[in-house]
Amino acid sequence: MNQLGQQTTNAGGGGGFIPAPRQDMEYICADCGAKNEIKSREPIRCRECGHRIMYKKRTKRMVQFEAR
Amino acid sequence: MPVTTYDPRKHVGVHAERVSHVSSTNFPGHYPNEDHSWDLERFRKGLTVKIERLSNRTIEFDLVGVDASIANAFRRILIAEVPTICVERVYVWDNTSVVVDEVLAQRIGLVPLNIDPALMDMKQSANDQATDRNTLVFRLQVACERRKNAPKDTTDSSKLYINHEVLSSHFKWIPQGEQEIVMADNPPAPTNLNIVLTKLRPGQEIDMELHAVKGVGKDHAKFCPVATASYRLLPLVILNPEKPVPPELVEKFQKCFSSGVIRIDPRTKAVSVDSKKTRNETMSREVYRHPEFEGCVQLARVRDHFLFNIESEGFYPPQRLLPEAIAVMRAKIATIKRATETLLNSGDGLGDC
Repeated sequence: MNQLGQQTTNAGGGGGFIPAPRQDMEYICADCGAKNEIKSREPIRCRECGHRIMYKKRTKRMVQFEAR
Repeated sequence: MPVTTYDPRKHVGVHAERVSHVSSTNFPGHYPNEDHSWDLERFRKGLTVKIERLSNRTIEFDLVGVDASIANAFRRILIAEVPTICVERVYVWDNTSVVVDEVLAQRIGLVPLNIDPALMDMKQSANDQATDRNTLVFRLQVACERRKNAPKDTTDSSKLYINHEVLSSHFKWIPQGEQEIVMADNPPAPTNLNIVLTKLRPGQEIDMELHAVKGVGKDHAKFCPVATASYRLLPLVILNPEKPVPPELVEKFQKCFSSGVIRIDPRTKAVSVDSKKTRNETMSREVYRHPEFEGCVQLARVRDHFLFNIESEGFYPPQRLLPEAIAVMRAKIATIKRATETLLNSGDGLGDC
């Protein structure tokens, strides 16, 4: 979220476009469960088993619950 | 034992299809020319507390010489008002297990914690600022992995994986402020370290922070310090000396009661009641079903003799539970006393103007 926001302000500044250091996006193979890094315009394919379905990981954002 | 002081006024009659003499009669004005006004010295003489059995988790004791309202008040206070510490807030960063966050949070809340409630303050409201006096912090960080050298032919998940179960022993206490010193001799942890909270498979992980607070059972059952707290009245089997049990039927008579309650003299075939075993009588009223025993025996319960059975769960050893309940009751009485005194004083003030 933060990085995305920075990127847009940078782009809106009109100066030299500096691509923000994008964090590598890790996905989980639906078949073998291996972690896969997929960059943009890359085929969606598991490096381990060749499966074409990937799951996005759960965010590490904190959620609060009442233990009731 | 006041059982020997045989007093039919205290007997609740148990008949074939009804009970009689349920209410107590020892109050002023019930018996003509008898003084039954409450007297501390008389109450003190009649009051007995005797422990019958004590184990790690349970206590059985007799409370004799109090009114049912007092005995019941202790039972209710034990269940609903003796404070304990439990996890109340759960902050989840990651939970990829099959158990969803809110269900897992609820399960964590139910885990009994081994912390002396006297060391902590009660939060006055739910939105009260958390301090080191009212909140304990635990960290729960578990990740499951495959065991590298696991044998090929096994299906046992404890051999295949590391951390395949999230247990209560995974709670890691994070001391806050002065807690490190105050709770040093008994570091906070669950009382039972083997409670399975959820199961994990390789790649799944849990990362949570747990905040434990002090609370009472009427707020939520997880705060209840007891598993059961119950009482029953002492059973009595009263044989009729006018009509003894026929000698040829004594075995049948004996079988109408719980084992050990009725003794038979091997020579004379006379029946007698073992007063130490009557407490085991189930009061099944089986004797009343047989016409041949009619009038031989009367079943009863002693109205002011309470057989308590308390199972502790959590911090308190079972023998500490009744004193804790009494302390809660005394605190309540002190509040009422103060309130009535101010009421009395303010009433005087009103009368003046």
